[in-house]
Amino acid sequence: MIQAMNISKSFNGKKVLDKITMEARDGEIFGLLGPSGAGKTTLIRVLTGQLQFEEGDAFVMGKSVKELKGKDKKQFGIMMDDFGLYDRLTCYQNLRVFADVYGVNDEDIYEVLKEVRLEGAEKKEASKLSKGMKERLRLARAFLHRPKVLFLDEPTSGLDPQTANEIHDMILKRKNDGCIIFLTTHNMHEAEKLCDRLVLLNDGHIVEEGAPQELCLRYDHQKRIQVVMKDGRTRDYSFDEKSGEEIGRIIGSGNLLTIHSKEPTLETVFMELTGRRLEV
Amino acid sequence: MNEARAVLKKQMIDTRKNKAVLIQFILFPVMTIVMTLLVKMDDMPEFFYLKLFSVMYLAMAPITSMSAIISEEKEKGTLRALMMSDVSGAAYLLGIGLYDFFCCMACTVLMSRVCGLEGDVWRDYLWIMAMGFLISIVLGSAIGVLSKNQMNATSLSVPIMCVFSFLPMIAQFNSTVEKIAKFFFTEQIYLALNREKSVKMDIEGISIVMANAILILIFFILAYRKEGLKKN
Ligand SMILES: Nc1ncnc2c1ncn2[C@@H]1O[C@H](COP(=O)(O)OP(=O)(O)O)[C@@H](O)[C@H]1O
Ligand SMILES: [Mg+2]
Repeated sequence: MIQAMNISKSFNGKKVLDKITMEARDGEIFGLLGPSGAGKTTLIRVLTGQLQFEEGDAFVMGKSVKELKGKDKKQFGIMMDDFGLYDRLTCYQNLRVFADVYGVNDEDIYEVLKEVRLEGAEKKEASKLSKGMKERLRLARAFLHRPKVLFLDEPTSGLDPQTANEIHDMILKRKNDGCIIFLTTHNMHEAEKLCDRLVLLNDGHIVEEGAPQELCLRYDHQKRIQVVMKDGRTRDYSFDEKSGEEIGRIIGSGNLLTIHSKEPTLETVFMELTGRRLEV
Repeated sequence: MNEARAVLKKQMIDTRKNKAVLIQFILFPVMTIVMTLLVKMDDMPEFFYLKLFSVMYLAMAPITSMSAIISEEKEKGTLRALMMSDVSGAAYLLGIGLYDFFCCMACTVLMSRVCGLEGDVWRDYLWIMAMGFLISIVLGSAIGVLSKNQMNATSLSVPIMCVFSFLPMIAQFNSTVEKIAKFFFTEQIYLALNREKSVKMDIEGISIVMANAILILIFFILAYRKEGLKKN
């Protein structure tokens, strides 16, 4: 379990995290969705004991992050932008360094390489990898010692959709193996696809929380249904009896092409709550 | 210990491909060997090139290599990843420092042997060089710890390294400089290496080298307290 209780953190007098309270449960992917500058990376730093903070406390697996020892940190897998790779070392050698620290054997290194689909590239120097491959190598490093808790800071940011999808699958696989995964993103599709629960973070404040679908339903004020007909016409209906009759008639006439309820997306929920967009 | 070993092993592999650091280790030894074997002049003192370049080597190689290695790891964020996997600052510095020391000593043993040092003189020469390397390694670490990136490290290490390596050279020709140079460990090592027939350090020399070692250690501790390896 990962818990934050009333965490506040300032940089140079400016509040970057303001009374953050949240809880990620075992076995779930917990998301932190917010635009750039919201404080996502800062919160990961706090939760992993890399950054001191003024107020509140946070606990990972029952232990205060202020008192994290080396042994505790070895249970974390962390992937963030500023955790670099050794450019001149190969994929294998990059993992070997950390495997030596964690006491992981060769067989497991190759297994992780396979898991992130870098088998065959193990002898390639890190500096010669594509962006997507680098990202996967960093993911491999986070997975290497089979940690129970994973912190992934925008794991697919700037990647092409196909690589992003591959990485999503790798993350979901870790979840199925029982990891607790704390993930940040500014991409609502990613959040919707991966997260069991999430919080919306804006300017250091949590503005809303819940399961993605539940959130969208909660903010579905208009409750509209969109009907597209075979002759190309599109019509909106509300949730009432009269609309039901009309939609029934369209279905009966065989003219119906598609029918959808129009709940808001996470982006529109975020817009409604903050007046800001997630991505600019 | 596991952690220090992992770091040392990493550095062994990395240096093979890192020409900027590699050249620091082999430049002076290669120059010494080549000059000794090829450029002979009449009535040249014995071990002329070895004595000339040894002090430059011990002032330059550890300072530039240590600061370059540490600052690059800071800049690229590999150090941060190591620290989060529970490699302590001490284990990290021990790993890199030991590696640096072994490289310098191995090259020193080789070049002095090829130049023909042997017996007691060789032994004393190696002891004094080892002491000098250790002091330089601590100084190089302090610079690396203080620097946020490689640019930073270079702009600090170059002037410091120049002072320690060139003072003994200039002191030979200028008595004013000699009076100041006396207080630097590299000058004392230079003097010890350049005695007739033996390599020895007198009490004054030993005291000055010790004083240097203590001051540099204090500088290192202050740097480590201020910046550490985990900050930023
Ligand atoms: N080390 C730091 N010093 C000063 N300000 C910082 C520092 N780290 C982050 N910030 C500021 O904190 C805010 C949140 O940053 P960050 O957590 O990186 O946001 P996100 O990861 O959501 O994009 C930003 O306004 C950023 O400028
Ligand atoms: Mg960020």
